[in-house]
Amino acid sequence: MEPLLPVRSIVSGTQPLHLHPPYVTSKHRSPAKPLIRLPQTISELTGPTFPRDIVKPGSFDLTRQRSGEPLGQRIVVSGRVMDEGDRPVPHTLIELWQANAAGRYLHERDQHDAPLDPNFTGFGQVLTDSEGRYTFVTIRPGEYPWRNHYNAWRPAHIHFSLFGPAFATRLVTQMYFPGDPLLAHDPIFNCVDDENARNRLISIFDWNCTIPEQALGYRFDIVLRGRDSSPFENRS
Amino acid sequence: MSPPATTSQTVGPFFKIGLSPLYRTELASAEIPGERITIQGRVLDGQGHAIPDAVLEIWQADAEGNYSQSLDFDKELGGSSFFGFGRIPTDAQGSFRFSTVKPGSVPGTDGNKQAPHILVSLFMRGLLIRLVTRIYFLNDPANEKDFALQLVEPARRSTLMAIPINGNPSLLEWNVILQGEQETVFFDF
Repeated sequence: MEPLLPVRSIVSGTQPLHLHPPYVTSKHRSPAKPLIRLPQTISELTGPTFPRDIVKPGSFDLTRQRSGEPLGQRIVVSGRVMDEGDRPVPHTLIELWQANAAGRYLHERDQHDAPLDPNFTGFGQVLTDSEGRYTFVTIRPGEYPWRNHYNAWRPAHIHFSLFGPAFATRLVTQMYFPGDPLLAHDPIFNCVDDENARNRLISIFDWNCTIPEQALGYRFDIVLRGRDSSPFENRS
Repeated sequence: MSPPATTSQTVGPFFKIGLSPLYRTELASAEIPGERITIQGRVLDGQGHAIPDAVLEIWQADAEGNYSQSLDFDKELGGSSFFGFGRIPTDAQGSFRFSTVKPGSVPGTDGNKQAPHILVSLFMRGLLIRLVTRIYFLNDPANEKDFALQLVEPARRSTLMAIPINGNPSLLEWNVILQGEQETVFFDF
């Protein structure tokens, strides 16, 4: 078991605050009082590590969950999960959910007037391999309107949920697509000041994971909170 | 060196698609030793409205104060070892409920043990990044020396306390209030 060492502090401007007024719902759902800063203890520095059998075989492929193939453009989303000390995060659970090609979620509260796809649930799960790598096969999700402001549309995105080795490393994020004209207008994507941090939410078109005559490939690397790397680390 | 951690984004309104396969409201099977407790409550926003689309995640030690970090990757979940992870969505009334064993004390930062507590992450539409808080147990004698509770002004500590319902020590109430007079204490680390 790895020694319990605190993870790095959050780098200013790279993580959203709870209150972000352009995202209207945050006004009533964010604390008004300041957060209380807590030294990290064994409680924050341990966390659930899920066993291999938590993921059903084939859960990485969202195009083969039903009898037929979903509509839309087939894509491969692949990447690597690392920590802030540049170490891969092996065997960690990734949960994924997304809209279908028409921009509709398989969810009773989604009222968008766009068709459901009987062959697409929008749910995927995978564990990273021993080097922190993962791959999903899915379809490119559609953009969809929401009611944050007049004529608001979410850019195409895929939701990602990750655990990492500790409670402190838990991350839920969204992956976007390069060149999406809606990104500039989206208050969720634009929730942090740091432009580099925002741009790392945008996947990169990648020939390496593009499958000839099958699917375009997008690379999305994810960094979880972690310890600083130390030059002395591997010498013991 | 890697860049800083990837920016957090909201779970949005449709997280059930991705997160429901691991919903887990019964944390301790019958063979797990410890004092059985059920904790229930509501999640309310700054206007007192119930939040029907939140999800809580629980992380806690077993009755002896051990976290399940050493769980074997090739082993199956459940059985005789306590996992300590829960995931509970709120219902249409903003209510949630989960059953577990009361956690034991775990080490703190200063050589002293921490009082028994349960870690909670809260995710919902409107939150770009999770909220983190802790559940403590009202009148537990260890609370007085708990380092985290000492960081909280006394008047606000009650927001972290699970309270017996009708004097029943195994049925506890704990609510989350996002804003206002009775705002729950949230932590950062």
